Amino acid sequence: MSAALEVRGLTTQFSTRKGAVTAVNDVSFLVQPGRILGLVGESGSGKSVTGFSIMGLIDEPGKITAGQVMVQGTDMRGMSLEEQRKMRGRAVSMVFQDPMMTLNPVLRVGDQMAMAVRVHDKVSKAAAWDRAREALEIVGIPAAVERLQAYPHQLSGGMRQRVAIATALLHRPAVIIADEPTTALDVSIQGQILAEVRRLADETGTAIVWVTHDLAVVSSLADDIAVMYAGRIVESGTAAEVIANPRHPYTRGLIDSVPGLHEPGQDLPQIPGSTPQLANLPSGCPFRPRCPRATDICATIPPNTGTEAHAVLCHHPLEAT
Amino acid sequence: MLSYFITRIAQAIVVVFAMSVIVFVGVFAIGNPIDVMIDPGATQAIREKLIAQYGLDQPLVVQYWTFLRNVFAGDLGTSMVYNIPVVDLVFSRFPATLELVAVSVLIAVGVGIPAGLWAGYRPDSIGAKLVMALSVLGFSVPTFWIGMLLIMGFAVELGWLPSGGRGDEATFLGVSSSLFTPDGWSHVIMPAINLSLFKMGLMIRLTRAGMVEAMGTDYVKFARAQGLPDRQIVFSHILRNISIPIVTVLGLELGSTLAFAVVTESVFNWPGVGKLIIDSILQLDRPVMVSYLIMVVILFVLINLVVDLVYARLDPRVRLKGGA
Repeated sequence: MSAALEVRGLTTQFSTRKGAVTAVNDVSFLVQPGRILGLVGESGSGKSVTGFSIMGLIDEPGKITAGQVMVQGTDMRGMSLEEQRKMRGRAVSMVFQDPMMTLNPVLRVGDQMAMAVRVHDKVSKAAAWDRAREALEIVGIPAAVERLQAYPHQLSGGMRQRVAIATALLHRPAVIIADEPTTALDVSIQGQILAEVRRLADETGTAIVWVTHDLAVVSSLADDIAVMYAGRIVESGTAAEVIANPRHPYTRGLIDSVPGLHEPGQDLPQIPGSTPQLANLPSGCPFRPRCPRATDICATIPPNTGTEAHAVLCHHPLEAT
Repeated sequence: MLSYFITRIAQAIVVVFAMSVIVFVGVFAIGNPIDVMIDPGATQAIREKLIAQYGLDQPLVVQYWTFLRNVFAGDLGTSMVYNIPVVDLVFSRFPATLELVAVSVLIAVGVGIPAGLWAGYRPDSIGAKLVMALSVLGFSVPTFWIGMLLIMGFAVELGWLPSGGRGDEATFLGVSSSLFTPDGWSHVIMPAINLSLFKMGLMIRLTRAGMVEAMGTDYVKFARAQGLPDRQIVFSHILRNISIPIVTVLGLELGSTLAFAVVTESVFNWPGVGKLIIDSILQLDRPVMVSYLIMVVILFVLINLVVDLVYARLDPRVRLKGGA
């Protein structure tokens, strides 16, 4: 059985006046059906652009310059634009960060969802509304029939995000890209949504790429973790392995910066410096200027010094325990 | 909803009243209309008799009070020049203006909104830049000059269209209009295009601005992530979202064009109300000026009311309520 999603050597560049900027650099990963991959990184690390590249929704001046995006074994990049459009919503779908903005404010929830149904399946309007109602019930929305009649502004943020997730689920896609979908929500609602997503992945077999900057969220949700820095995946492995035993100095720094793990009253460890601008990356390992372990050899691009199951792009990885 | 209407009507009454005071005082300050109308050879006795007949010897407040009393009795006065009631005069001219404005608004909307959508959809294309350049011309080149160019080109040189005036009328379903005859259309098309250019430019720019903004929003990205084709996204998702500013400006433009299509009506010798008001001002036909401007205020109030109702239809977040 082929993976739900396999990304190989994906590279996305944006042309600017100063030349091409590589936002996603040779990114590869694989998600099996029903698994959740946490794609972790700071702002500007290229994690969202990776998500949009998989969807084929990179706008000018951006462009995917290399790599493959295999959805259930077929390469989306080899398709025509029209074929790619037909994959979207049906085979790959996406949920966005801010539920206040993702729904059209002037259309009823039911009309928007029915439109998403009918774009791929030629069914009657009534049947499409029925499918929309079922989808709302699947994501745990009570009184789904009334919710379909509502306009987005009549729903709470958590409810709107459930509607967005239900919309993404309408065609039972193989893959859902979730771009920080709980960041804008209250913590209590966030917990509910995470539990719901976990259940949906298990029950429907949909593979989920959970893009986030929040390690605490992915550590409880994801099966696998890939850590991105300056457009590259610098460390990847199972969630348990990466969290318990981080080998890249950057991952270590991220984990140490999570507040919950420390005694109150102590200073929180920080990663010195800030994320580099993609337009002028240092040569070699992009984390080099901020890294406590950097030496001269770090001026060259590091190879994978870990294993295949737990990959680390670092010349001086932390010891495996 | 009911309280909304009551509030609006109360506001309208205040506006109309204030407007009538401003217009009345302004017209009073301009001068004595008798001096313009009277034969220069008339004796002082005749002159004073006329002034007294129109009540112009009374103080301003008394004149205004008389005017108000007449208005509440349903009498807006009689034209000093045509010697017929102002209401009849205005309504004899109004259909011509309505025809002209209706055709020009249709042209402006029918060309301007699709052109603006397209220019906003592909803002970097050559065609979009051409459209934008033309829209700048549309509202920066003076109307009268374009009107004269049109007449020179299509009436004088090519001889395809008449140079001015309104065409034959025909009656259809009890309505008499020149739009029911081919001759009427040949007369109306050139002034209507002339009158539409400014509005068209405005429509193009507004629609394009809305479109460019909407293309970057999350709900459009989300619709694309569902696999919706761009055409459906534009017409089902975007158009309704960007229609509020378009409707606002269209309402304002509709009002001001109906009331003051003066320049085009003069250039094309179109027998509408715009020409009537200009003639009245030149002849200091006081009752026509005052009554006409008051009718214009009422027209604007009505159009704004319709615009508000359309808002509520277009955007579910808008709720009409009293107060404010």
